[in-house]
Amino acid sequence: MNIERDGDYITLSMGPHHPATHGVLRLEVTTDGEVISACKPDIGYLHRSIEKIGECLEWYQFVPYTDRVDYVCSMNSNHAWVLAVESLLATSPETKLQIPERAEYIRILFAELNRISSHMVGLGSITMDMGAFTPFLHALSQREYINDVFEKTCGARLTYNYMCVGGVNRDLHAGAEAEIREFLTGLEKAMKDFNRLISTNNIFKGRLAGVAAVSPEDAVSYGLVGANLRGSGVDFDLRRDRPYGIYDRFEFDVPLGRCYAGSKGKLGDCYDRFVVRLLEVLESIRICRQVLDQMPPTSGKEDDPVGGWCVAKAAQKSLRKPPVGEVYFRTENPRGETGYHIVSDGTKIPYRVRIRTGSFTALSIFEKLTPGLMIADLVALIGSFDIVLPEVDR
Amino acid sequence: MSPVPSRNQSRGKAQEFEAIFAKVLVRFPTAKTGSSPNGARWITVQPSEMLEVARFLKAAPEFSFDSLCCLTGVDLLKYPAADKEQEPCTDIVCVYDLHSMAHNHELRVKSSMPRENPAIPSVESVWGVASFFEREAFDLLGVSFLGHHDLRRLLMPQDWIGYPLRKDYVYPETYGGVELKREGQTFDSGPYK
Repeated sequence: MNIERDGDYITLSMGPHHPATHGVLRLEVTTDGEVISACKPDIGYLHRSIEKIGECLEWYQFVPYTDRVDYVCSMNSNHAWVLAVESLLATSPETKLQIPERAEYIRILFAELNRISSHMVGLGSITMDMGAFTPFLHALSQREYINDVFEKTCGARLTYNYMCVGGVNRDLHAGAEAEIREFLTGLEKAMKDFNRLISTNNIFKGRLAGVAAVSPEDAVSYGLVGANLRGSGVDFDLRRDRPYGIYDRFEFDVPLGRCYAGSKGKLGDCYDRFVVRLLEVLESIRICRQVLDQMPPTSGKEDDPVGGWCVAKAAQKSLRKPPVGEVYFRTENPRGETGYHIVSDGTKIPYRVRIRTGSFTALSIFEKLTPGLMIADLVALIGSFDIVLPEVDR
Repeated sequence: MSPVPSRNQSRGKAQEFEAIFAKVLVRFPTAKTGSSPNGARWITVQPSEMLEVARFLKAAPEFSFDSLCCLTGVDLLKYPAADKEQEPCTDIVCVYDLHSMAHNHELRVKSSMPRENPAIPSVESVWGVASFFEREAFDLLGVSFLGHHDLRRLLMPQDWIGYPLRKDYVYPETYGGVELKREGQTFDSGPYK
């Protein structure tokens, strides 16, 4: 930590190597005693120029890079990219792809499972930031089950490279449906335990209640998305309001923040964001069950329009000469809206790839939100926003 | 402060692109529509009017574009012209993807600037999130956002030279005394171009 003194004010450099900043984030904090008077985020330590790399690779070759945009929810990042490319291809009848039904269901299933596992990391790490270590292990143990399922199907535990333009790389492994159902039943019980352990704990609640409340207007203006936006009570979820894929076939609720901490809390405080994430896990369980009920059985043939999982040949053909033009496609990721703005010049390499992520825009509100907070509350704020740094820097 | 209307309360009516453009045209006669061969449509405005347009689109109750989803800078230097006989366009374009929470409709606004000195008024007073988006576009494409409170590089080091996402960007061979180029490696823009 570097400390500079200027009269009564101290300038403190928090990070880039700090356990509570969830990665390599540096915050330039000016404090008066323990109260923050200004805070400027300094990012770019993990800048891997993924947008520039996107301009050098063919459309399908970019999928593994989307894994690295947000490695806590690689499936969702894959999903966003392949949907964006498919929506570009769909604008011309010659290149439009007919994705097999089963592939659509597998995508939603894995996206929701990855949302659960990502939220478990988010929920676990905020409890650890607040000084409780045990709930973190409980949350992470659930994530391991999901990683096991993913590993059996696609061979990887963190960066999956599973979804591809035209479907998914391979079919679910034998017995996956039963395994996932069993896991979901276990997860429900584990969530109850987690709530008894920490969510309803008065010390934890008091630590987050009323801290760093974001008004609905600010949340919208500063581009908060996903659970952070809904924590402020703004009723917007891309899965419901601008459905993509086959999300319009499922029934689920959109949990909103409404001052869950009671009289000490405020709408849009850290505890609201925490609870919204908790409730979203339960909604994802609901979606997963509906997917498993509706999913057509495998036909054993890759490009079967119902029971297949990938139309690889058609996709390869379309990707050689995609339509000229641009799309902005957004999906609801665990950390909120992830948008891909793609400009195509009609060749097999994208002309411009722009990635808009939830964590990046969440950092833009720090300058406005932090004056008046205590330093210890800044840690609660970072944890409640569930920031993942590779997604910020890209 | 009025709360943002929730879904249960009456949500406003989503406006069609033509209806939005017609109303923008009354206020800003220089605005034009644009479209790409794949059917995407947008409104093009003069850079000097961007701030006014942004304020108008946010404040007008029938639009209320209260969120800026994405600000993308695009360098058109190598983009093929729609018409072969036309001069190729070398402009730098800022693309604003807007969304309205109240009406659940979207709009794309573009503004193109000459690449020698791209400058456009900052819209951070309208959408707070623009402060970060604009710093990123300044960092990677060299667009000056006039009136921005803290226009510094965001992702690249402060002493970096050049704007990496421009299509005529030349990779530096050294940075801070460190050799970046490895033996046998070329710094053309990618293996396929």
